Amino acid sequence: MIYRVEIKHKKGIVDSHGMSVFKSIIDLGIKGIKKVHVAQVYNLEGNITKKQADQICKDLLVDEITQNYRCVSIQNFKPSKIKKDLHVAEIAYNTGVMDPVEHSTIKGIKDLGIKKIQSIRTAKIYTLYGNISNKNMDIIVNKALSNKLIQHVVDYNAMDKTLSFTDSKYKCVLSHVDLIGADDKKLMKISQDGQLFLNINEMKAIKAHFKKLKRNPTDCELETIAQTWSEHCYHKTFRGNIRYTETENKKTKVKTINSLLKTTIVKATTDINKSWCVSVFHDNAGVIKFDQESNVCFKVETHNHPSALEPFGGANTGIGGVIRDILGTGLGAKPICCTDVFCFGSPDMPFDKLPVGTLHPKRVMKGVVSGVRDYGNKMGIPTINGAILFDDKFVGNPLVYCGNVGIMPKDKVFKKVLKGDLAVVTGGKTGRDGIHGATFSSGELTEESETVSSGAVQIGDPIQEKKVLDALIKTRDQNLYNFVTDCGAGGLSSAAGEMGEKLGVRIDLDRVPLKYEGLNYDEIWISESQERMVFSVPPNKIKKFLSVCSDENVEATVIGTFTGNKKLELFYEGTQVCDLDMRFLYEGNPKITKEAVWKKPAFVDPKTKPSKILNENLLNVLSHYNVCSKEWVIRQYDHEVQGTSIIKPLVGINCDGPSDASVIAPKFGSKKGLAISNGINVMYGKIDPFWMSASCIDEAIRQVVSVGGNPERIAILDNFCWGNPDKPDRLGSMVRAAFGCYETAVGYKVPFISGKDSLYNEYMENNKSISIPGTILISAIGIVDDVNKAVTMDLKEAGNYIYCVGETFNELGGSVYLDTLGALGASVPKVDTKKGMKTFKALSKAIRQGLVRSSHDCSEGGIGVALAEMSFSGGLGVTARLDKVPYKGTYKKNDAVLFSESNSRFLIEVSEKNKNKFEDLLKGLPFGVIGKVEEGQEFVIYGLDGQPCVNIYTEDLREAWKKPLRW
Amino acid sequence: MSKKVKVIVIRTAGTNCDEETAFAFKAQGADTDLVHINRLLEGKTKLDSYHILAIPGGFTYGDDIESGRILANELRLYLIKSINKFIKDGKLIIGICNGFQVLVKSGFLPGLSNKKINSFKDLPQDVTLISNDSSKFEDRWTYLKTDGKSIWTEGLGETVYYPVAHAEGKFVVKSKKVLEELKKNKQIIFRYCNFSGNKPVYPENPNGSIDNIAGISDKTGRILGLMPHPERHFSFTQHPFWTRLERKSDFGDGALIFKNGVNYAKKNLIKG
Repeated sequence: MIYRVEIKHKKGIVDSHGMSVFKSIIDLGIKGIKKVHVAQVYNLEGNITKKQADQICKDLLVDEITQNYRCVSIQNFKPSKIKKDLHVAEIAYNTGVMDPVEHSTIKGIKDLGIKKIQSIRTAKIYTLYGNISNKNMDIIVNKALSNKLIQHVVDYNAMDKTLSFTDSKYKCVLSHVDLIGADDKKLMKISQDGQLFLNINEMKAIKAHFKKLKRNPTDCELETIAQTWSEHCYHKTFRGNIRYTETENKKTKVKTINSLLKTTIVKATTDINKSWCVSVFHDNAGVIKFDQESNVCFKVETHNHPSALEPFGGANTGIGGVIRDILGTGLGAKPICCTDVFCFGSPDMPFDKLPVGTLHPKRVMKGVVSGVRDYGNKMGIPTINGAILFDDKFVGNPLVYCGNVGIMPKDKVFKKVLKGDLAVVTGGKTGRDGIHGATFSSGELTEESETVSSGAVQIGDPIQEKKVLDALIKTRDQNLYNFVTDCGAGGLSSAAGEMGEKLGVRIDLDRVPLKYEGLNYDEIWISESQERMVFSVPPNKIKKFLSVCSDENVEATVIGTFTGNKKLELFYEGTQVCDLDMRFLYEGNPKITKEAVWKKPAFVDPKTKPSKILNENLLNVLSHYNVCSKEWVIRQYDHEVQGTSIIKPLVGINCDGPSDASVIAPKFGSKKGLAISNGINVMYGKIDPFWMSASCIDEAIRQVVSVGGNPERIAILDNFCWGNPDKPDRLGSMVRAAFGCYETAVGYKVPFISGKDSLYNEYMENNKSISIPGTILISAIGIVDDVNKAVTMDLKEAGNYIYCVGETFNELGGSVYLDTLGALGASVPKVDTKKGMKTFKALSKAIRQGLVRSSHDCSEGGIGVALAEMSFSGGLGVTARLDKVPYKGTYKKNDAVLFSESNSRFLIEVSEKNKNKFEDLLKGLPFGVIGKVEEGQEFVIYGLDGQPCVNIYTEDLREAWKKPLRW
Repeated sequence: MSKKVKVIVIRTAGTNCDEETAFAFKAQGADTDLVHINRLLEGKTKLDSYHILAIPGGFTYGDDIESGRILANELRLYLIKSINKFIKDGKLIIGICNGFQVLVKSGFLPGLSNKKINSFKDLPQDVTLISNDSSKFEDRWTYLKTDGKSIWTEGLGETVYYPVAHAEGKFVVKSKKVLEELKKNKQIIFRYCNFSGNKPVYPENPNGSIDNIAGISDKTGRILGLMPHPERHFSFTQHPFWTRLERKSDFGDGALIFKNGVNYAKKNLIKG
C-alpha cells in the first residue's frame, strides 16, 4: 500500500522556499509570474493502515502550527484541478537516485512503533501563479526546478506502483573479455566501448600479460586495471615522461622530464627538507607537526566534472570525498575546517551565449554553494574561507576545489596492514551510484547518458559520514585497527587494492552490504557509492571494532582478508572473478612520453590614459566579480561550528570586511592556532604560467603572514586544473607552471605536502573545444604561535599611520584594473623570494611584538583596493599619498601605482607610539608611510603630482564592493 | 569536599556542537559527559545521575522532515518519564539551536500546560521554529536583549552578542494567547535587537521571528532554549571584532550562561 501525503503551509505563514524559487525564475528572465508556492510530498509504502498513515502525519511529518496536510492512498489520489493562471509541476527523484531524507524518515516512523514501513520517496509540488506559456514552463522546470539527471516531473497518469527500487537477485555469471584474440583496432574498441580510457600501449601491455598467463581477463580484472591505471588514480601525466619545448624571445630550449611530479613538486619539498614535515605525498593528505602532542593534515581535492552536470550533488560529494581523505589520513584525523575555491563562467552571461548542454553559471554557482553548505554544515565542520573566480572560459567546466584540514594525535600518523588482518567496509551501503553514470537511473536520458562520466548523479549523505567520523575516532583511540582508507574514485577497487598492494587481499564481494538487489560482482567492486571507509582490523579486535560501530549506528561488515600472497583475489559466492598479480597491477603500466610546448605569447601592455580623478576606476575595480564581496556565499556556511574561530572570513566593525586568511585555534584552552589561505589567479597564467604559480604561492604565504602566521612554519598544497594534456600547448603551460612552483617554493623554503591534478577540463561544442585557462590553486596552512596576537585587516583608530611595505613595480599585466578596461597586458607580477621573505619575517616579528594594529596584503586591485577595504571595514576615513609608495616603475602614472598587483606587499596600520619600533624592524626593507587613518567618511588619495586623484566617501566604496553578488 | 556538578551533553547522528558545549560546562567546573542518545534509550546511562541536561546544536538526523523533529520524538516517546522526573527534581535543561528546536518540538518548551504528564499527548506543541524568512542558512552575529526570568541568564548584561547559525530559526506561536502567556509568565528570555538595543530589522532579526524572539524558558526558568550560540562566544577571541576591542576579560558574553547553570546546580542540587 502506498499513501500519498501532501503538506502545505497554512495561510499567513511565509513560504520562504517558494520565494527563493520565485527569485530563481526571475533570474531566468521569465516574466509574468506573481508568486510560487511549494508543497512537500511524502509517499509512504508498507503494510500500514490509513489510521497509521494519519498518525505518521500528525506525530512526525506535519507541524500543525504552520502546516496543513492531506493523506490519501494512491488508488484514491486525484490531482487537484488546475485553475486558470496556475501551473503545477511535481518534481521527484529518479528511481535509483538516493532520496536524501528516506533513511531518517523511516527511522522516525519506526520510532512511532510502526515497523511495517518499507520505503519512502519524497517530491515537491511547485505551484506557479501567473500567466506563463507552456514553453516557458518547460524552461522553468528544466532550469530552475529540476535537473533531469537526477529528477523528473511526476506524471499523474502513470504513478509508480511501487516505490522501492528492486531488481531480481543477481546470479553470478563469470564473463571474460577476449583480449588475446584481438588486434589493435579491436583492442581500442574494447577500451572505448567499456569506457576504460586505456590507450593502445596500455591495452597491448595488458594483452601481453594475459597471453603469458594463457588466458583472457575477466571483465572485472580489466576494469580493475583500467581504474588503477586511470589518469584519476595513477596521474599518468604528472608521473610520465614529457618532452618540453620552450620558446621565449626567439630562443628555443628542449628538456626531457622524467616525472614532472618528482622533478618539481616533490623535489622542492626534498630540497627544503623541513623537520616538521611528518608525512608528505604518500598518504591521503600531507601531515605536518602542530604542537608537542598533535599533527595536522591538509588536502584539497577537485570535483569539477560532476559539479558541471549536477552542481549540488557534485559539490556535495566533493566535500564528502575530501573529508574522507582526512578521515583516512594516517590512522584517521578529525576534520577541523573546510576551505573551498570555485571558478565559474560570468554570472551575467546571456542565455544565448551558453554552449549547448551547459548550465548557466549563476545556476551552477548557486548549486555548488548549496552543495558545500549542505555537507559542511551538516558534518559540523566550519568552512572558514575560500575564493571565487569568474572567467567565461569556465562556462563548460566550472572548477570546484574542496579542501579540508584535520588534526590527529602524533602517534597516529603511520599505518601498516598486517597479514591476516580482516578487510572491513563501514558506512554507506553499495549501490549503482557512479557506475557508468546516469544511464541506469532513467529511461529519459539518451544522447547525454553516453557522455556522463561516473559519479555524476550522486547526492551525498553527510549525516552518514558524520556517524562514520564519530565511530572512526572512537575505534582509533581504542587502537582497534591497523589501517584505514576511504572509498573514493574507483570505490572498493581502489581502497582495497591500495591496502592490499604490498600483501595481497582476498575479498568476497557477495558480503558487501547492498542498497538493493541485482548488482553484479563487477558493479559491487567499482561502485563509487559515498560515505564508505575500509579498515584493516586484526582478528582479535574485530568483535570490539564491530560493537563500537554498532553503538554509533554505523554498519560495519567483514568482506575479506589480507593474505600475504601478493595477489588481488575476488570471489562472488565462491566463484573466483579476479586473480591479479599486485605487481603487474601497480607497476605494469607502460610509461608514456607526452609532448609539451610553451611559447611566450606576444602580448603588449596597453597605454592607459588615466583621467585625473580615478574615482570611477576604483569603484569599477571594487565591483569586479573577482574582487567584490562574497558575503552572500560566506554567510551560508557555518564558519564557527566547533567553537575554534579566531579570525573569521568577514571581519571589521560591521563584520563585512574581507579577511586575508582565517585563523582557528583547534584545541580548547591552547593558544596555538592555524591560519588557512588560498592563492589563485587565472589572469596571470594567460600571460605566463610560471609567474602565475609564483604569484599564487606568494599570495597564499603573505595572507597567512598578514594575520599573524609564522612564515617559517607554512606548508602548501598544489592543485593543477588544466585542459587536455595530450595537446602540447596545454601540457606546455602546465609544465611551466610546475617550474614556477619549484622555484618559488624553494626560494621561500615553503614545502609542498600534498597536491592534486585534474586534467581534461575541456568542453566540446560543434567539434570545437573550449579549454579552461590553466589554473593553479595554492592552499597554505601556517602555524600561528599565539592566536591572541592575531591581526585583522580593518583600520582601527584615527591618527594611526598607514605604511606600504614592499616594492611596487609597473606590473599591471593580468590586473583587474586592465580587465575593467578590456585589456590583458603583458607585464605580469613577478616574485623576488629573497626580498619577499625578508619582508615576511620583519612583519611577522612586528605582529608578534604587538606593533601592528591592522595588516592587509595587496592582491587583486593593488593598493587601491587594499586601502579601500581597510577603510570601509574599519568604518574610518583615509588620506594617502601615492608619491610615498616605494615605486620602482618607469611608467610614472597614478593608475600604475594604485592598481599594479606586484607581489609581497602589505599595507600596515601602526600607532604613533610604535612608529619608531616598527621602522627599526623594517630597516633595509622598502617601505613608505603613505598616509593616515582619519575620523569620518572621507577617502582621499593624492597622486604623484600632489593633487587628489581619489576623493570619495567610504560608504560608496563599500557599496560598490558589496553590490555585485548581493543575491 | 562537595560533589561536582554533573552535566550530560547528549548527541546523536548529526549532532555537531557537542564538544564546544561540553567544554563550556567543563571550563566552568562541571563534570561533563558526552553521551549518545542510544545509551539513554538502552538504559545504560541514567539521566538521574546528572544535574544538567544539555542538548547541543547540529543537524540531528539531517534536519530531515524538519529540524529537531526526529530527536524530539525520541525524547517524548521514549524518555518522557525520566525527563519529567528530571524536571520535577528541579534540575536544569538547556537546548541551543538544534537543541532548542528539539525542546520546542517535543513540547518541553514552553511547557504552558498545567496537566499532569503521563504521555507525550500531554505535551502539546504551542510554539515552533520554521524556515528563516530569507530561506537560507545564515551564520551571523546578533545583538540580543535580555528579558524574562531564568536562572541561566542572571547577571547577564542588558544586551549580549551571540552568533546564530541556522536555517530554521523563525519563532512562531500557535496563537496570540500563547504569546500573551509567554509574556505574562516572563518566559521570553532573549529578543533580537539592533546595536543600540532597539527594534531590529533584517538581518538584525536574522530569521523573521515574531516579537523578535530568540530564546524562551519554561515557567520555572530552569529550562532554557535559544537559537543563538552562547558557547560560540565563550572566550574573548571568539568575538567577531575582538581585535578592535580592549580585553577586559578572557571570557565572552556567553560564558556566564554556563557558569550560572553550574553555580545554580552546585547551590541547589548538591547536598552537603
